[in-house]
Amino acid sequence: MITAEQKPIQEIIQYIAPYSRILLVGCNECVTVCAAGGRKEVGLLASALHLSHLKQGKNIDIREITLERQCDPEYVEELAPYIDGVDAVVSMACGCGVQTIAGRFKKTPVFPAVNTRFMGASLSQGVWAERCKGCGDCVLGITGGVCPVARCSKHLFNGPCGGTSHGQCEVSQDIDCAWRLIWERLKELGLESRYEELMEAKDWRPGGAGGPGTIIREDLA
Amino acid sequence: MKTDSRLEKVLASGELAVTSECGPPRGCRPEKVKEKAALLKDHVDGINVTDNQTAMVRMSSCTAGILIKQMGLDPIIQMVSRDRNRLAMQSEIIGAYSFGINTMLCLSGDHAKFGDHPMAQGVFDIDSVQMIKMVRQMRDDGLFQGGAKIDGPPKMFVGAAANPFADPFELRVMRLAKKVKAGVDFIQTQCIFNLDKFEEWMKGVVDRGLDEQVHILAGITPMKSVGMARYMKNKVPGMDIPDDVIKRLEGVSKEQQPEEGIKMAVESIERLKQVKGVHGFHIMAIEWEEKVPQIVEKAGLFPRPKV
Repeated sequence: MITAEQKPIQEIIQYIAPYSRILLVGCNECVTVCAAGGRKEVGLLASALHLSHLKQGKNIDIREITLERQCDPEYVEELAPYIDGVDAVVSMACGCGVQTIAGRFKKTPVFPAVNTRFMGASLSQGVWAERCKGCGDCVLGITGGVCPVARCSKHLFNGPCGGTSHGQCEVSQDIDCAWRLIWERLKELGLESRYEELMEAKDWRPGGAGGPGTIIREDLA
Repeated sequence: MKTDSRLEKVLASGELAVTSECGPPRGCRPEKVKEKAALLKDHVDGINVTDNQTAMVRMSSCTAGILIKQMGLDPIIQMVSRDRNRLAMQSEIIGAYSFGINTMLCLSGDHAKFGDHPMAQGVFDIDSVQMIKMVRQMRDDGLFQGGAKIDGPPKMFVGAAANPFADPFELRVMRLAKKVKAGVDFIQTQCIFNLDKFEEWMKGVVDRGLDEQVHILAGITPMKSVGMARYMKNKVPGMDIPDDVIKRLEGVSKEQQPEEGIKMAVESIERLKQVKGVHGFHIMAIEWEEKVPQIVEKAGLFPRPKV
């Protein structure tokens, strides 16, 4: 899923300072799972904004709504009845959601309340880690199910580099060396010889180097 | 001969080769490059020029290499994949070769986090193994990485690094095999302080016959002080400093530590000369280039062969 973290409250307050009627929009998908922008966080942020405005003796009207999916025009359309009654939208979805709203409602400013971080997986309660860079040409089938693009700090395809220490990355002892993990996994699978196959220079076009990506499914479009 | 590289000629003659390195200045001080190179000139077969080492901005390795080449010496330009994509690498290589630079080293590079621009985006378009293959293809097939023909291909003698001391140890011979498969001509190793471990690695290299396919130059670094030894042990990634090394430096007075460090370096060279597959030495005297001639002489590697 896409992970996100709430922005510092001061940054959000600065964005909405000129406005008094706010539509605060959460999303039921990824940001709910990573507890950054679901219904619960929408409620908490609304309370925090109310409080900070009260302290400054200002009034603010915040309407809360959480959509099924903010990256989907069908659901974003649900905001249409409210949009004329607000000065600005604050979105708690990832960047995809913010842009879907901005694209639909041209005359209303939209501000992000979260920083979108990465595509990751949950490791344990409250812990998420990056697992995919969306390179557009998945190599997991030949790297034992461990991604060198997302998990090697230098995204080396023929690693490990010379900086591995105690099995950890030179960038931080908290980061597992991806190539140590790949090697361990290949060993478990009895595929050690695969390590010596040269991985060719990557074509980065499908992952973004070719310009912003688009998928068109003729059968669905 | 594949190239006009002096290093290639020395290695082909069967003599033990000697290389050293100089780090370019952090500013427009070409005279510093020349001073450092002048210290090394009669005692080595090639001078590595580091490429933004430890991710600190310095004069570019290619530019400093040109300054050294213009002194009539033999630069080995290092190139890291951290700072350049494949277009920038290839244009730099063509430029370097146009100034007569014919030897280079392909590296991944330290992560930007270690340097003075930790906020920078690392490039890592290709890795060091893919870089080796690219430079070989430029030389042997006259083709750019993208497949187009080069009008006047650069003929580089291609080197790379190997760190026998990084984890996982059991992968380290295989990692070298990969570089050999990619077409590397010579290897300069990480600084060797744990000689037993290095010899174990070399045994693995020889058992696979890799020593017949690539020239290995053993990395030697003289310790200036026990403080430096401790720093390298604790702070430098991928470094293996046995406690014996630290104890031996602790055992002499502070004033005598530099001399002891040099003695240890010379002893290492003497021992490693006996190791099958070691075809030379790469002496990295960090900010201590003036001691290289002394080490080369004491280790019986002087004069350098005329090739």
